[in-house]
Order: sequence, then C-alpha cells, then structure tokens
Amino acid sequence: MIEAGQFDLETGAGLMACPRCDALHVEDELSEGETARCIRCAKVLGRPRAGAFTQIVALSVTSLVLMIAAIFFPFLEISRMGFGNATSLFGVALAFSHGWLMPLTVAMLGFVVGLPALRALLLVYVLLPMRGDGPPARHAGEAFRLSELLRPWSMAEIFVIGTSVALVKVAGLATVSLGPAFWAFCGLIVVGAASNVFTCSATIWDTLEDRGAFTDGREVVADPQAVAQRRSRIATGGRAG
Amino acid sequence: MSARPLPPPPETQDDSPVLTAHRAGLIGCRGCGRVWPHATEFCGRCGAHIYPPDRRSLQAVWAWWLAGLIFYIPANLLPMLKTRTFGGLAGNSEATIVGGVIELLHYGNYGVAAVVFVASIIVPIGKFLVIAWLATVAGRPATVESAHTRLRALEAVEFIGRWSMIDVFVVAILSALVQLGFVASIHPGPAAVSFALSVAFTMLSAQSFDPRLIWRGLPLRTRRDRTAE
Repeated sequence: MIEAGQFDLETGAGLMACPRCDALHVEDELSEGETARCIRCAKVLGRPRAGAFTQIVALSVTSLVLMIAAIFFPFLEISRMGFGNATSLFGVALAFSHGWLMPLTVAMLGFVVGLPALRALLLVYVLLPMRGDGPPARHAGEAFRLSELLRPWSMAEIFVIGTSVALVKVAGLATVSLGPAFWAFCGLIVVGAASNVFTCSATIWDTLEDRGAFTDGREVVADPQAVAQRRSRIATGGRAG
Repeated sequence: MSARPLPPPPETQDDSPVLTAHRAGLIGCRGCGRVWPHATEFCGRCGAHIYPPDRRSLQAVWAWWLAGLIFYIPANLLPMLKTRTFGGLAGNSEATIVGGVIELLHYGNYGVAAVVFVASIIVPIGKFLVIAWLATVAGRPATVESAHTRLRALEAVEFIGRWSMIDVFVVAILSALVQLGFVASIHPGPAAVSFALSVAFTMLSAQSFDPRLIWRGLPLRTRRDRTAE
C-alpha cells in the first residue's frame, strides 16, 4: 500500500502514465466530483462520481430488457398490393444466411445484439457487487477488461441509423410500418449513451483495487492532509505546488 | 488516479518537455495507466499485455491497413444490392455502392444520399489516407502543435470508423424486409461482405496504432539497447 503522493521512479509504484501520450503523473486519490486530466493531451484520467456504479447497473439492466424486446417483437413491416412481409431482428440478420454470406450473419448478430448484451451483462457482473462497500466478484478485473475491449465493436446505434436509411429507400416501393422492436432499439441507443457517459474506467480500476481484487501492493490510499491541501489550493485559485 | 504532474511543475508552459514513462525507463499500461518497470510484459492490475511505444508496432497497423484496402476494391466494383421487380419483368438491377447513391439522388432523397455518400465513400477513403499519414509520420520528431493535430486526427478516425457499417446494415435490413414474392425482392450482393471486412480491418488498423508514438521521435532501436544485450 502506498501513501498518496509517494512514488518510486525505479519501479513505477505510485505513478500513472497517460494511456494516450505516456506522460507520467503522480497517482493521487480523488474525491467524488473531482476530475483529473492529463497535463499534455487533456485526456480524462479519473472522474469519480457519487452513485455512478448504481446508475450504470440500472442502465445496463434497462438495456438488457430493451434488448429482449428488440429481438422478439416485430421490427419492421411492409406491404404492397396485398403482399406483406414482417421481419424481426433475427430476420434481418438471417438475410445474409444464404451460402457464403453466412459468416456475415454471425458478425451482424454479434455487432448488433450479442456484443451490446454481453457488455451490459459484464458491467452488471463487475459493478453490482461493488455498489455499496462490498468486495468485487471473482475475475471482475478480466470481465471489465473484456467489456472495455468490446466497446468499439458494439454497433447498436449504427444499426438504427442504417434502419432509417433503409426506410427512406423502401418508402417509394411499399408502405412501411415500424414495429415495437424499432422503438425498443431507439431506447437502447439513449440508454447506452448515458451508460457510456457514466463509465469512467480509471475509477472502476481504482475501486476494484481498493476493494481487494488485486494484490500487487500498489494501491494508493488517500492522504486526508493532501486532499485538504488540494482543496484549499483549488478554492484560492492558486497553482502553487 | 492522478492529478499532479511529475517533475515539470504545474507552472510550466504547454510546450515544455514532459517526462514520459518511456523516458523514465518505465512502461505505462495502455489499458489502465499503471506504470511498471522496463521489462514487464503483463500489467499486474488489469492483465493487459504491455509494451513500450515502438515503431515496430506499426507493422500491425500497415498489415490491417493493406487488408482493408484490398477488400475495399471488390466492395466498390461488385454489386451491393440485387433488386428484382415483378419477377424480373420490370427489370433486374444490381447496384454498387456508388450506384445506390446515384439512385437515391435520382429519387430526390438528397439528405439520405449525402449520409450514404459520406458513410461509405468519404469516410473509408479518408480513413485510409489519415491512417497512412499517421503511420508514416509516427515517431518522427514533431512540434507540440503537430502532435496535438495528429492526436485529434487519430481520435476522429477511431470515432468515425464504425459508422461506415451503416451501408452493410442497410443492405441487411432491405434484403430481410423486401421479400414481396413476385412484386419485389432484394438480395444482398457479394460487395456487402467485402465492405464489412474492409471496415473491420480498418478499425483494427486504427486500434493497433499506438498513440504514444505521436508524441516524439522514437528510433527503431537505439545503439545503446543493442550494446546492452
């Protein structure tokens, strides 16, 4: 365990490097509501928020419920001259299921349904036990890293924009009506965006560590005196170190 | 969690040299920011593989970039959508990406045509150019302003890259929906697969680019490293 503000340039203990630009910073425990930014590239390095974990868990559960609705309710329906066709989300993915387009079906289901659902589950798994003062679940670190890796590959919001473009293309050909699954999907986008805003990976790593998920002996503990000093420095507007 | 900058005190100007983990003989984890001694391979906190910022990692960038470019060619030449109206009596049409945009313009849907044009033509080509530029100049000496510009370019590419998938999703939705038997039916063409692969490969290319390389000139290997071995 290391006191906040102490560091070792030989082993790197008590230090933090910006993931974007590698600038070294002294690690410090932040209080809720404070934001730490990289001095060079201004990337947010930490931003703890009161109750953020509860909010993320709630939003993740919401998105799982919406996802189930989006899969099973009818998605879009068209009709022209007595010929009609309705499709659910699975129907959309199965459009590619002929012959050698099959792998695209798997990829599409993954991007649109699988990965967003998996990410929501992982976040619930990691954050639900840590909501109060509880210890983290087993392998919470691995689960959270996987969730961060999958972030760019979950494409639910892109799918909704794609739907809008498709609607315009079809509009001239036939009458289209939107099913409940479409609206569930729109809700999913809003919930996902809100969840991304609340998720601060540095804070989650820190909390995982403070609650005993790792034993590398490098967790930084808050020094009440230093926090008070920083507070007064911010309050007076001075920048003296 | 960090708030205070190391040796250069907070009063220093923006363009003064900043001590980086690499210069201090340490390696920073790109996943969680924890700093480890020089030869560490895996971060003890988040378990990510850690490596020093090195131009060798650009090989992966170029490999994915080339794969993306190769698949981008058939994506534009082969048909994206195959449309049959009235059992083929009113015409069978096969539209490529550019053809689809022209068709939308023809029907007067200028807004949607612009979205598709930007997402499937401007963005992919822009992405190829920006990644190639970043990978070429990475590690070369740069001024602070140009480094900030490059970082913004990389962030833009990372953010916007996923949106090229729009066209693939449009094809999927259209071919699932427009199955009206004799009246009209739409089937996906081979270009859909190559376009999806091209987008995925360029996303991987942008992700393998190490943003830490932007910030300074790094030789492939210094003479001191070689003699130390």
